[in-house]
Formats: sequence, C-alpha cells, structure tokens
Amino acid sequence: MSKTSTINANEITIIQKKNLYLLLTVVVIVGLIMLAGYITEYSHVEGIMSIPAAMSWMASNMWFSQSTLSNLGSVMRLLWETILISIVSTTTAAVFAVVFALLGSKLTYINKPLMYAAKIVASISRNIPVVAWALILVISFGTNSMTGFLALFFGSFGFLVRAFLETIDEGSEDSVEALKATGATYWHTIFKAVLPDSMPQMFSWILFMIETNIRSATLVGLLTGTGIGYLFDLYYKQLNYEMVSLITLAIVLAVLVIEAISNIIRREIL
Amino acid sequence: MTAVVEHNKNGGIKVSKPNRGQRVLKGLLIGSAIFTVIGFFLMDYTGLDLTHAIPMTIDNLGQMFLSPSLNNTTWPSALWQVAITLSLAFLATILGAVISLFLAFGTAVNLSKPWISNTIKAFITVVRAVPTVLWVLIFAIAAGLGAVAAVIGMIFHSIAYLVKAYSEAFEEVDQGKIEALRATGSSYPHILFQVVVPQTKSFLISWTFLRFEINFGVAVAMGAAAGAGGIGYELFMASTFYYDMQEVGAITLIILVVAIILELIANRLKMAA
Repeated sequence: MSKTSTINANEITIIQKKNLYLLLTVVVIVGLIMLAGYITEYSHVEGIMSIPAAMSWMASNMWFSQSTLSNLGSVMRLLWETILISIVSTTTAAVFAVVFALLGSKLTYINKPLMYAAKIVASISRNIPVVAWALILVISFGTNSMTGFLALFFGSFGFLVRAFLETIDEGSEDSVEALKATGATYWHTIFKAVLPDSMPQMFSWILFMIETNIRSATLVGLLTGTGIGYLFDLYYKQLNYEMVSLITLAIVLAVLVIEAISNIIRREIL
Repeated sequence: MTAVVEHNKNGGIKVSKPNRGQRVLKGLLIGSAIFTVIGFFLMDYTGLDLTHAIPMTIDNLGQMFLSPSLNNTTWPSALWQVAITLSLAFLATILGAVISLFLAFGTAVNLSKPWISNTIKAFITVVRAVPTVLWVLIFAIAAGLGAVAAVIGMIFHSIAYLVKAYSEAFEEVDQGKIEALRATGSSYPHILFQVVVPQTKSFLISWTFLRFEINFGVAVAMGAAAGAGGIGYELFMASTFYYDMQEVGAITLIILVVAIILELIANRLKMAA
C-alpha cells in the first residue's frame, strides 16, 4: 500500500515540475514580448486593427480602371527585367558557390586553410544583408541592373555555399569513400561521385534561390531605383494605390508561376 | 548471338546509361547556362561606367572595412538601434510562431482533414508570393509607417515559413503514438499537446530560431526600405544621406557580428535537434 502512494507522490511532483517549467517559459516569453514591444513602441491593438483595414484596402483597390490597365506594358517590362536579374544572379552565384562549397566541404577540401577561408568568405557574404549590399553598390554603380545583379549575387552566393556544403556533406560520403578505395584521383571523385550525386539537390536549391531572389529583387529595386521595385515605390509615393495593387498582383503571379515551374522541374530531377 | 556492347566516344565500354531525370537535369544545366549568357546582354546598363564604378567600389569597401567609425551617431545609440531591430525580429517571430503552431496542426495531413490542409497550404503559397517589403508597405497604408506595419508585415512571411516547417515536423511523428492515445479516448488537444508537440519540441525550437535569424535580416531591410526604424534605417541614412562610407562600414560590421552570432546559435540548435 505504501509503495503505490510513493509512486503517486513522485508522479505528482514530476507533473508539478513540468507545469512549473511551462509556466516559467511562458512568463519569460511574455516578458520578452512586452520588453520588445516597449523598445519598438509596438502596440498589439493597433497591430490587430491594421489587418482588417489592410484587407479592406486590398479589396477596394482590386478593380482596375482603364488608365491603370494601360500601364500594364511598363509593369510587364520591368517585371521581366526583375525576373531576368534574379535568374542570372542566381546562376552566376551558383557557379562560384559550387567551387567554394567543394573547397569548404570536409569531404572534398584541398587543404585546411583554404577550407576555412572558403567558409569565412561565404559566411561574410551571407551575413551582410542584401540591403547593405544594395546600398553600398548603388553609390558606385548607379541606378541600373548591374547594382541589383551584384547585390543579389553576393546574397545568393553566401546562401548557396551553405546549402551546397550541406548537400555535399550529406549526400556523397559513401560514394566518395568507395571511389577513394579504388584509388581514384581527386578530380575523379569530384566529377564522378560528388557532383553527380549532389547535382539534383543543388539544382533544387538554385530553383529555391531564384524564387527568393525575385522577392528580394523587389526590395533591392526599391532601394536602388531599378526594376519592378522602383515602379512600386514610384506609385506608392504618388499614392496611386490602384497601380500599387496591380504591381503587387503582377509580382504574386510571377512568383506563383515560377514556383509552379520549379515544382515540375523538381519532380523530374529529384 | 553477338553481345550488345555500347561504346562511348573514346571507344571505351559504356558502363552506365543516364536515366530520364539525369537527362532532364543535363538539359536544364545547359539551358540555364545559355540563358545566363544571353541574360547578361539583355540587362539594362544605362549610366554604368565600369572603369569608374569598380575602383570606386573597391575604394568604398576599403574605407568601410579598414577605417570604420560612427561619425553621425554614438555607440550607445547604435546599439540601441540594434536592440530595436532585434526586437522587431523577435516580435514577428514569436507572434508568427504562435499563429503558425495552430495553423500547422491544421496543415499536417496526419492531424487534420485534407480540405483544411489544402486550404491552408494554398493561403500560405499566396502569402509567400508577396515580398515582405510589399506586405509591410501595404500595412503601412492602414497603420502608418513604423513598428506596427513592420511587425505585422513580417509576421505574414514568418507564418508562411514556419507553418511549412512545423507541419512537416508533425507529419514525422510516429502514427502509432497518436493512435495509442486515440484508443484511450484522449481528446484532440490532448493528442496535440501531450504527444505531437513534446515529440517535435527540439525541431520546433530550432526552426523558430532559424526564422528569428532570417527575420533579423528582414528587419534590417524593413528599417532601410519601409521606415521601420532600427539599425537598417541608420544604414540607409548613412549611405544615402551622409554618403559616409566609414559609418556605413561600422554599421555593416555591427550587423555582420550580430548575424554571425545568431547563425552560430541557430547551427548549435539545429545540431541538437
């Protein structure tokens, strides 16, 4: 009899402890939310109120007048430019990223100092936000596609190196070992094992990066005065909200189409 | 009967035949290479003078990283701005995470009905297609430029990202455990909070922190592009108003240090998950 009661007592203390931890976590998180709210002067009430307001704004600006629709041509032209920059910067960055990932991977590194150098360069390029790249480059390169291209290039490059590194490290360990055992040279292992093994996954990352870059390109365009982001900014500041929603809709459609194409490609190659 | 042996271009015996996926991939790689080369010619280079731009960039980068200094602001104020940006990112992440948790219960196919799951997925795909900066600016029309628009705008993308991550983690939960609880007559909330969440806790934490890391970068961007304040706004002012490369350098370095610390913590959490 006494045995069962001690077990019950233990169970109760375990549950009490668990509840105490949960309570503490919730208290800490709520405290942090309040602190963050105080620092940023963020008001939760206003935040919730803004959602229906923005929704009704969107609904009321969805009906385009004739004059708005006549601008569709220039929207499409700049949208195309933005898509072009996103794709070209991603593919160019991917070429460099493959080299750096091969240098940085623990399976394929040439020597240790080079491995750390590759990782550090990638980390710096990735952790400087795209906005910072855009603001730095626009000063010397001016407002043209090259600025957007380079800003996206640096951002994508760092991210792709990290993604490719993980792909190589996870996917090709067995085949590299097998090839090394047969006495294959370094280049053999790279071209016969590592790259064929990780290429589909890498291409999938490239597709992901293109999708991300189209959204980032809008941001970069806003800051550097290029592409669709510039057009958005222009009409936004003129308070021409019909154009604003037309441009938003165009971007959404472009991203959805590209996502759909990516998914079809992924199904084929993975 | 002669054995059929295929030879490759060099006369050696062909040992493998590419399958459909490999051929498609090869085509895609060649296609994207060609597109990239053509793309370079299609871009708009108006006003670009490389002979001028490249040395200037190198000179700017040199000033930024070799002699960074805060000229128009002080260290305490710069660090306060970092705190603002971190807070914006934190608010968007944690509020987004709470909403995502409930949406993910509806999205995970093993916990929900197909039509609910598909509806949420479709909603999320559309939400994700709108760039964060446009969400923020759209909310700014309703709420005015500032922290409110920035946080609400960033929440939308955080939700899109976290629901996908959470629901995939939930789908990995051992179906047997869920059935065992169902067999005992447990209620739906019981199953969620006694099995599903505890089982996936470390994944949830690691994904949420990863989003926090991303949101820091986004919050910097929103400061620069959407008037959300914080260190991003300082960066924007230093580069477009003061043209002060030393200050741009100092701010970039501060952002870089914070971002690298966040990345290291995120990696640590990911390893533990």
